[in-house]
Amino acid sequence: MSDVQEGHEHPEDSAELSYYAQRAQAIEALLEEKGLCTPEEVQQAVNTVESRSPADGARVVARAWVDPGFKQRLLADPRSAVEEMGYILPDANTQLAVLENTEDVHYLVVCTLCSCYPRNLLGRPPDWYKSLAYRSRAVIDPRGVMAEFGLELPGEMEVRVMDSTADMRYLVLPRRPAGTEGLSEEALARLVNRDSMIGVTDPFIPQAVASA
Amino acid sequence: MTRVHDRGGWPTDESIDRADHAHADWELRVDALHQVLGRKGLRSTDEMRRAIESLPPEEYESIGYYERWTAALEILLVEKGILTTEEIDRKMAQLDQ
Repeated sequence: MSDVQEGHEHPEDSAELSYYAQRAQAIEALLEEKGLCTPEEVQQAVNTVESRSPADGARVVARAWVDPGFKQRLLADPRSAVEEMGYILPDANTQLAVLENTEDVHYLVVCTLCSCYPRNLLGRPPDWYKSLAYRSRAVIDPRGVMAEFGLELPGEMEVRVMDSTADMRYLVLPRRPAGTEGLSEEALARLVNRDSMIGVTDPFIPQAVASA
Repeated sequence: MTRVHDRGGWPTDESIDRADHAHADWELRVDALHQVLGRKGLRSTDEMRRAIESLPPEEYESIGYYERWTAALEILLVEKGILTTEEIDRKMAQLDQ
């Protein structure tokens, strides 16, 4: 692992931990010695973050696709709407906005300054979202970026790029694929991939529809 | 003045590397540590952002994401008088043995 992923050594290779990895361990150990945190608290926070994944955001999107009332509430007051589904956004200072893709407008989300992202609904951001290349290019060449992810939008479709901040996070509500009228909410949620909720792709098209 | 973190529109032809790496244990823990300290009022997201943005440009560009978080955490804890650089140096040497 460490030989193919430079700079991110496997935890077992403690002798080869990078300077910053060792630094981080030293800082945690000192904070624990001083009683400012406990290893259990840190592990609990790790577990909480690990428990969130794009499947959570996908459930929200699928609900919006099948329930027009929910969709309306989701667009108007995302925090309360996702709370209905059991997703609590703990930081009251951080707003969530839901951006609805339509046949005329396609949204793309970036954080040019760093990595702000709706972690409570999508889990940790992917590495590319945090990369300098994505942060630089999303705002000047969004169509080129989407093309790299395999998405070619019609020229007449408007592309709106939204730049996240520490106070405002965005979730894209992608368009429901055509031909999915008969699918259950659960089956629809499986079509909603992470990247479609960032806006670099569209949702999956179900096999049966794609081959029809 | 454009600063190093303000990447929007920086000219680059670099393609986007879509590979994700598996997070190392220390990366998960430094992320978690920030949250735990945040809940205790010992650091805020804005302080954290300011600390990351204060890194020397060449360091900002050459180190990894959670390495920046670690560097920022040290800056804040030292600034607040919670830890000293020497203390961290000593603990690091001790853990390395």
